[in-house]
Amino acid sequence: MSSPDGGVPAVRCVGVVRDFGDGESRLRVLHGIDVDVKLGEMTLLVGPSGCGKTTLISIICGLLDPTEGDIELFGTSRRLLSGRALVEFRGLNIGFVFQQYNLLPALTAAENAAVPLIIAGKPRGKAIEAARAMLDLVGLSDRSHHRPAQLSGGQQQRVAIARALVHQPRLLVCDEPTAALDAHSGLVVMELLRTVAVQADRSVLIVSHDQRVVGYGDRIITMSDGRVDRVERGAGAHREVSRLEAAGSGRVGS
Amino acid sequence: MNWIAWKMLTGDRAKYLGTIFGVAFGCLLISQQSAVFVSILRRTASQIVDVADADLWVIDPQTLSIDDLWALGDNTVLAVRGVEGVEWAVPFYKGMVTARQPSGHFRQAILLGLDDSSLVGAPRTMLMGEVADLRRPDAVILDKAGYRYLFPDEPMELWRTLEINDRRAIIVGICEASPPFQSLPILYTRFSLARDYAPKQRRELPVVLAKASPGVSTQELASRIEARTGLATLHRREFAWKTIQFYLRSTGIPINFGITIALGFIVGTAIAGQTFYLFTIENLKQFGNLKAMGTTNSRLLGMVLLQAAIVGVLGFGFGIGAAAAFFEGTKGLHHMAGFYMPLEVFGLTAVSMAVIVFLASIMSAWRVLVLEPAEVFR
Repeated sequence: MSSPDGGVPAVRCVGVVRDFGDGESRLRVLHGIDVDVKLGEMTLLVGPSGCGKTTLISIICGLLDPTEGDIELFGTSRRLLSGRALVEFRGLNIGFVFQQYNLLPALTAAENAAVPLIIAGKPRGKAIEAARAMLDLVGLSDRSHHRPAQLSGGQQQRVAIARALVHQPRLLVCDEPTAALDAHSGLVVMELLRTVAVQADRSVLIVSHDQRVVGYGDRIITMSDGRVDRVERGAGAHREVSRLEAAGSGRVGS
Repeated sequence: MNWIAWKMLTGDRAKYLGTIFGVAFGCLLISQQSAVFVSILRRTASQIVDVADADLWVIDPQTLSIDDLWALGDNTVLAVRGVEGVEWAVPFYKGMVTARQPSGHFRQAILLGLDDSSLVGAPRTMLMGEVADLRRPDAVILDKAGYRYLFPDEPMELWRTLEINDRRAIIVGICEASPPFQSLPILYTRFSLARDYAPKQRRELPVVLAKASPGVSTQELASRIEARTGLATLHRREFAWKTIQFYLRSTGIPINFGITIALGFIVGTAIAGQTFYLFTIENLKQFGNLKAMGTTNSRLLGMVLLQAAIVGVLGFGFGIGAAAAFFEGTKGLHHMAGFYMPLEVFGLTAVSMAVIVFLASIMSAWRVLVLEPAEVFR
């Protein structure tokens, strides 16, 4: 199914409302959000602090329930998913990249990257093997035995990206992936997400404050005060074509 | 996921060892204090427990404990022997005497008088000399701890003399005996000689020991003796419990030790429970992360319980081991003789630690289970 402006929607938000609190202390954080996230695109969700970005991605990922409205994830209504089915759906279909990386400090880079596969029930040996291949893709094959404390912030975020992609999710959600990084590392991470994560059968949804990342998005959704202000095309696709033509290579780290 | 739980548990070595130490310390407090309490109470009944060859103790109904015996009539032995089903019945003396050492010092001692012919109640383990030597004139057998108390730093040797109630007592044997409540020396002698050593009283028969004939139950025989003589007749286990209960009722031991044990439980629970609880809470973000990535609540609960089981088993092992090492290391000390780790305390501690760690893990797991996965974005 295509959306009116072209492209197949991976995520469709229909009249999503979210309230926090009860009675007089009730606070409406999202006021009827209608927005699509398309397959094969990198969508940026931007806006000032407190505008509801994190709440919206939490609902999209199934980490929060909407008060009203519905979310369609790859054609499946969020209303049809609850409890264990929702958790398993999330584990299979969504990858996460967090601002603070959220790597398990006791595990090596390869073991951390293997966690989603282990959660999915894959044997540990095979999971770590697949994780090593993913670390190779993000340019960290020589760091697979290092623990998070032995890696720089940029390297940790690349491990987090490997972890988010190792189980081939259809939706990758990144929460401020460059906020804790210096300028150079931030750009490396965005290049990586652009080249490795974006695929025809996958959507990448990035929440960010960072103005430097805006140029990487195919679509930019701007929010303010719990509402979508505007949705516009970004320069991401053009950057990709230009970069590939210039480099003659399709993957960072390859 | 069990592997991830194990790595999370052991990844931070200091935190891991600290959690095990907390559980082990709690376990040590509970088991050591409980074992000391049980050992002290067992000491109060040690002279009863040591007389293994008699089934029944015939005593005055007003008798409260082995240390509070009321004398019986002189013909009680014959009366008991006349009850159908009694294989044998013998007199047994237990009293306190003052022994004068060769140095001129006086020491209190426990005097046990055994039937002259059968020597029922004689010590079971002789270190020097023979039980039969009690038949010699003025013969006494002294327990090892008592010998060290009366003759400190002197080598053990026989034929040394004491003076009891102006009568000579010759040490013809040295034995092992269960230590008494007051850590006093125990002197074994013949019943007839015990009456000479003890201060004169109108009646001098505190106890009659009896054994049931084959095929006669001790319970049935006790009823018969009670009916015939009007005296209390208790199995030795019953009399031991009566004595222990007397001390529980009449002394500050249960209150003081109860407080100590209760404190051990409270402190042990607080330390063991809190360390594990804090361990899980400190890892809450990691659990939230796993939850967001698709780990179900039941698997997270399994991870927390597995971590609790590992910490509980290791902590219990180290704690109970330390308590056992304490008793093993102090068993040679005179004043610590007879202190040991009863199997019941071992079991009670194991159950207590299992409950403590389980409750702590359930409390901390609850925080994990109700954790909003959306917290990972905050």
